[in-house]
Amino acid sequence: MSKAFIALQDNEESHYIVEAIEQDNPTATVIYQPAMIRIENEGRLVINRATVEEKMGRDWEIPALHVNLITLGGNVDEDDDQFSLTWKQ
Amino acid sequence: MSIEIKTATLEPIRHTFEHTKRRFGDKPASRYQEASYDIAPEQNFHYRPFWQPDKELFDKSRTAVVMEDWNVHKDPRQYYYGTYVQARAKLQEITESNYAFFEKRGSAGRMSEAVRAKIIRCLVPLRHAELGANMNNMFAFSNGTATVVNQGFLYNAMDRLGIAQYLSRIGLLLDGNSTESLTLAKEYWMTDPAWQGLRRYIENVLCVKDWFEVFIAQDVVLDTLLYDLIYRQFDDAITEQGGSDLAMLIEFMQEWHKDSSRWVDATLKTTVEESDHNRTTIKRWVDDWREKAVADLAPLADIAVGDTAMAASLDVLNQRLAKVGL
Amino acid sequence: MSNRKINMKEKYRLLTRDLDWEYSYRDYKEVFPQQEFEGIKITDWSKWEDPFRLTMDAYWKYQAEKEKKLYAILDAFSQNNSQLNVTDARYVNAIKLFLTGISPGEHQAAMGFGQVGRQLGGVGARVACQMQAIDELRHVQTQIHAMSHYNKFFDGFQDFSHMHDRVWYLSVSKSFFDDARTAGPFEYMVAIGFSFEYVLTNLLFVPFMSGAAYNGDMATVTFGFSAQSDEARHMTLGLEIIKFLLEQHPDNLPIVQRWINKWFWRGTRMLSLVAMMMDYMLPNKVMSWQEAWEVYFEEAGGSLFKDLARYGIEMPDYAQTAIAEKEHISHQVWSMFYNYGHATAFHTWMPTEKEMDWLSEKYPNTFDKYYRPRFEKWREMEAAGERFYNPTLPMLCQTCQIPMGFTDMEDPTSIFYRQSEYDGERYNFCSDGCKDIFDHEPEKYVQAWLPVHQIYQGNCGGPSMEDVLGNYYKINLGVDNMDFHGSPDEERWNIWHNLQPAEDKLKQAS
Repeated sequence: MSKAFIALQDNEESHYIVEAIEQDNPTATVIYQPAMIRIENEGRLVINRATVEEKMGRDWEIPALHVNLITLGGNVDEDDDQFSLTWKQ
Repeated sequence: MSIEIKTATLEPIRHTFEHTKRRFGDKPASRYQEASYDIAPEQNFHYRPFWQPDKELFDKSRTAVVMEDWNVHKDPRQYYYGTYVQARAKLQEITESNYAFFEKRGSAGRMSEAVRAKIIRCLVPLRHAELGANMNNMFAFSNGTATVVNQGFLYNAMDRLGIAQYLSRIGLLLDGNSTESLTLAKEYWMTDPAWQGLRRYIENVLCVKDWFEVFIAQDVVLDTLLYDLIYRQFDDAITEQGGSDLAMLIEFMQEWHKDSSRWVDATLKTTVEESDHNRTTIKRWVDDWREKAVADLAPLADIAVGDTAMAASLDVLNQRLAKVGL
Repeated sequence: MSNRKINMKEKYRLLTRDLDWEYSYRDYKEVFPQQEFEGIKITDWSKWEDPFRLTMDAYWKYQAEKEKKLYAILDAFSQNNSQLNVTDARYVNAIKLFLTGISPGEHQAAMGFGQVGRQLGGVGARVACQMQAIDELRHVQTQIHAMSHYNKFFDGFQDFSHMHDRVWYLSVSKSFFDDARTAGPFEYMVAIGFSFEYVLTNLLFVPFMSGAAYNGDMATVTFGFSAQSDEARHMTLGLEIIKFLLEQHPDNLPIVQRWINKWFWRGTRMLSLVAMMMDYMLPNKVMSWQEAWEVYFEEAGGSLFKDLARYGIEMPDYAQTAIAEKEHISHQVWSMFYNYGHATAFHTWMPTEKEMDWLSEKYPNTFDKYYRPRFEKWREMEAAGERFYNPTLPMLCQTCQIPMGFTDMEDPTSIFYRQSEYDGERYNFCSDGCKDIFDHEPEKYVQAWLPVHQIYQGNCGGPSMEDVLGNYYKINLGVDNMDFHGSPDEERWNIWHNLQPAEDKLKQAS
């Protein structure tokens, strides 16, 4: 199985998103590099709006993810509540 | 670690890039200048386009108007990407709160059935015309030579997509998200005799190959007429019929048109004043497209406002053209 | 009136896809005249899957937020003279190469996406391309603004736009984008949208920008990562175009595969400049080029091609060659530029002892065996006051336009060399990949504006090096070019930091 991954700028808002990703993807690996955080997981990685909102304690919309996003790997599926990256093989 | 710096040694060794220095003199340049002027390639192109082998990339001959130097243009708004998106973000924030307010106080339900129907017939179909405007401006962007000119077309193209989307949302606000209004508006656009002239005009402009002619046909002639007709005269007419809340929903278009007109006027003026050749060429395009536009828009003007509306909008266009001596 | 709820997908469809209509006054082919000549078959644009669903209101809102953050940092950077905080002044040469070589490519990409954003017949694809066009304009402009402050304190940035049209090594990236833009709309999308944006740009923006952060360059890392935040959208678009073309018609597969092969190789050759930036121009190292290649091409690209196998797409031809070259490429390109350091608008230098040790450690199979001895020799020559410059003009590859200096991976000590004949003329290539590209479309590649040929033909200001480098390229000779040691950049840096000149250091060391 291939690794789906996402990299975020290392800043305050991203830390909440990373916490949410860790909670929703228990097998994910988080790698800290200068100025960026890379999170990878076998096959699939999801970001749930509800979990991020819970971590931040405020409303948060999926498109706001793009403000802190650096790169990703996997097929993207995005709706109001979830952003997911998947490799089918 | 403390770094000792003798301030005298921290003097800059130059004020700006060479391309801005050559054009504006040896002094600090603005962000608009540094990132807009003389940054497009001008020579030593490697290959000819498969899709147009008789021309080079950035070929100046993609329009019949001639400028000794296309970089003499200036956008009075001094938009580069950053200032552009920030100006639009401000406008969209106001629009968002207007739309939320309209929805929250149930304004659609307080309009009469007749007013709602009239907005769906006379305003909402413009979402398709705006997509055409988007494509026409994109064409001008990708065929021009100087970034300082081209970027204005790119911003305009994206604005038109945004306006098409706001117009669609107006439909959704009026039909309570049933999407019926959008279906109906598309039917008007495709078959209603009142709309066929405008649709034909747009489809014709989509086939024009000269990018500056596209600018004249779309941004100068058609937009001047259409924005006056709809966003001034139709707005007044609907207000008289008890639909004054529509004003909240079209404030974006009105403000945008004011903003965009400053750029359109400046671009037109600089090009016309360059030479008699340009003046003659542009005058021919203006005459040609104005005649078509007046004929094509008249049926819409009649149903949207009344039989004097077209003449009033034509006055506005002629006054605008007179200012640049056309 | 209580409103029905519309979800993101439906709303996006209504606000974008539903705007289009079927033309009846003019013919569809008149409006989209470029859609067929490449042989790509599109049967139904409505099958296009939107790669992202961003309406203009949200676009303005989020992009304005990004820009506000970015310019706040750029303002603070210049107000605080933060150029003083970079690791050392050698580093700045990497971003000189960035502004002269890469930023104009962003401009070209903006124009190219504008072109396809008008010419593709499906509204969903057009709108996605248009957003990328305006994003690419953003990138070139924010890069100019980020470098504007460096330009005031270092040499070599000042005439980036003039140089991009003329200077020999900048022709590598200019010809790359010219090649894509002069192709048809679908090849452009496979070239830039997929092969470059999805498969290769991570190698440029992610590890290099992380490296910029590690070298104290807040301006570059900020524009770099801020640009990357748009790139995620672009990558999704690049992937969608491939899937869409392959799902539309089986006849598209061989055409798309050939384009992937071509653009993978073309992109890999261009990125060899980035390999050198990573391994030689970042004083503080984050990862080696080889490591970056393994993470972002072999692993991420590997997953991608595994995923695309269901459509019949295979790994690009010559991926194995590129993989073998990962242990060599940065050293070879740095050697070329060191050789021709008198003809570049940035400075070159030999790595310090410590830096060579790092290279030995990162490249255990190649650095000590093939490169270190030569570099040590060059360092000795410099210490003896005879810094090596190659006085001849290099022969360039007809396709990628890089000097013929890459070696044969079967025998890394000999230069790889191929030839083709076309219309009675002979053409030279650095690799089988570049030769294949030429052989498929010789009538295109014979048109290339090869800088060295142009010098010989007298089209570059005159016969002498001063004419070409000084008058035609507008390199300030003795200022922008030559070794970093002894440069005005170095001298100013030392004054700012009260350091002794490198010359004295070298004397003490020897």
